[in-house]
Amino acid sequence: MILGSINPAVLIAALMVAATPILLAAIGELVVEKAGVLNLGVEGMMIMGACLGFIVAVNTGSPVLGFIGAALGGMALSLLFALLTQALMTNQVASGLALTLFGLGLTALLGQQYVGVTPPRTPRLDLGPLSDIPFLGRAFFSHDIVIYLTIALVAAVWWFLKYSRAGMILRAVGENHDAAHALGYHVKRVRTFAIMFGGACAGLGGAYLSLIRVPQWTEGMTVGAGWIALALVVFASWRPWRAMAGAYLFGGVVVLQLNLQAAGVRIPVEYLSMSPYLITIAVLVFISSGKARASSNAPGSLNRPFHASN
Amino acid sequence: MIRLEKRKEPSKFWRIANPFLAVLLTMIAGGMMFAALGKDPVAAIRLIFFDPIFSETFASYSRPQLLIKSAPLILIAVGLAIGFKANIWNIGAEGQYIIGALFGAGVALAFFPAPGWHIFPLMVIAGAFGGFLWAMIPAILKTRFNTNEILVSLLLVYVAERILAAMALGLMRNPDQPGFPGSRDLRRYEAAYNAEIFAGTGIHWGVVAAMIAVIFAYVMMTRHMLGYHVQLAGQAPRAARFGGVSPARLVVICLGISGALAGLAGMFEVSGPGGQVRIEFASGYGFTAIIVAFLGRLNPFGIVLAGLLLGLTYIGGELSQMMLQIPGAAIQVFQGMLLFFLLALDFQTNYRIRLTKGARA
Repeated sequence: MILGSINPAVLIAALMVAATPILLAAIGELVVEKAGVLNLGVEGMMIMGACLGFIVAVNTGSPVLGFIGAALGGMALSLLFALLTQALMTNQVASGLALTLFGLGLTALLGQQYVGVTPPRTPRLDLGPLSDIPFLGRAFFSHDIVIYLTIALVAAVWWFLKYSRAGMILRAVGENHDAAHALGYHVKRVRTFAIMFGGACAGLGGAYLSLIRVPQWTEGMTVGAGWIALALVVFASWRPWRAMAGAYLFGGVVVLQLNLQAAGVRIPVEYLSMSPYLITIAVLVFISSGKARASSNAPGSLNRPFHASN
Repeated sequence: MIRLEKRKEPSKFWRIANPFLAVLLTMIAGGMMFAALGKDPVAAIRLIFFDPIFSETFASYSRPQLLIKSAPLILIAVGLAIGFKANIWNIGAEGQYIIGALFGAGVALAFFPAPGWHIFPLMVIAGAFGGFLWAMIPAILKTRFNTNEILVSLLLVYVAERILAAMALGLMRNPDQPGFPGSRDLRRYEAAYNAEIFAGTGIHWGVVAAMIAVIFAYVMMTRHMLGYHVQLAGQAPRAARFGGVSPARLVVICLGISGALAGLAGMFEVSGPGGQVRIEFASGYGFTAIIVAFLGRLNPFGIVLAGLLLGLTYIGGELSQMMLQIPGAAIQVFQGMLLFFLLALDFQTNYRIRLTKGARA
């Protein structure tokens, strides 16, 4: 029996690992889009994080420094995007694409000598007796610290957007940049900070892939994770907790698919491995056609450039 | 103080000058990158941009290669540019290219080993149809369910890549060589081979198709109502809607044209230079074509020049890999930089920099 051989506790544990990189990238992009900017360069920033995080971690022997390096790398690339779209008023769609193409090329170049290298192991967080609880311990309390920090980050973003003053300014900038400007808020400054946050998050997500999930560096290893994160933001209709639910749902699909591959189901691997993309498309269709149109929740100034005329 | 002032009309001069300036800046920045890699920057730039055409040692091989590499880029970019003008973003041309190749190769393999003049034309139709079908997925999802075409078309690239792998390993695998992945070599099947029309020039049917597409696109954009609607929808969507332009119809047309052209490009590649359905068949033409479209200013003739230039970087990249051991990925960085510089420079097309003295601003 195929499904019988899959242990549900292990499945849940693996699901959380599979969901975390996409969730990290998506929560960053969510903040960016809430500020009214569409950054299609998530894939590029993620692979940058995956590559730089890996290089730093291997050379220093410290995964923590690796993650910091990844966040900085993603942020550096996002600053380039901010320079283009905020200072030079370029088209956001084209600039985002440029970021992805550039990031994929640059990392293929930088990471060349690191193919086949094993990164330092990220230790599991010791939660003492919690990890020993049957089922729950294996499923929820035997992970690395990044998974828990990611959940904390989702909570923080939710609180920030909903209750903090800065978060309200950010939302105002995203909903109606002209009104926000008239009220005296610095539209471009707010957006630049949001873009940098998004870049750092995408970088962390990439590093989670190369340092923990895989853990290896290969060229183009994100294989569309950044684009799936972008879809996830739409799926979540720009709500942080929904993004997390979506990421875990998606992680479930990925893990199930991998388990089916391992269990030797009579479907060629190629067809099983397209399922995450097909399901993402199906979910996008479902969300955008639903009665409660997700698009009605989209920030009002999304993907519209702002130039103060006076 | 530096102040930006929006121009009343985009500057015509900078529109034309910027692509050239962007290439120049990319050469400089690229040279710095090569220096950082420990290579001679001048030699590397020469090898990439000049030697493929002018050097006596390489030109005999690389001149025909130029057309072979540029034709698919131009064919795809011409279609993409029409959509980009209308703000319809098909960024999944790579997927449409793969599916077009599979449809074309599928027809050839179904007829194998029968001779006949009708096989190649049928492959052409199948290739265009395959790309068209694959592009219709985002188009119909967009018009029926309002699903974002950028994400869907891009995600479908990953699906297409996996179908390609499945075909190369399964259905289309060469039955005479079951140990190897990949289909029969179409170059050895006369009725399906997209051979050079003039020996030694690199001109195959894909090059001819690219030229026809360029002229067709130019006439459509400048002389035909459809072209006017595309421009209108891109520049003033509200006015277009009041003017009776159906956005749904435009989405279907733009994605359909670009998909069919990308499919054609894939078909000409698999039946000629590529030769067979292999896992590593897709080489990123669909993504590079996005850069070609922008660099050519979304204008069909501009795209020809841009396509030739980026085709050149492919060949120059191979040369520099061979001669200077410069990693192949460096060319990808090059292409990315080119788009960055172009986008950044375009700033002066739309804005004017005014220097104002402190307080008076």
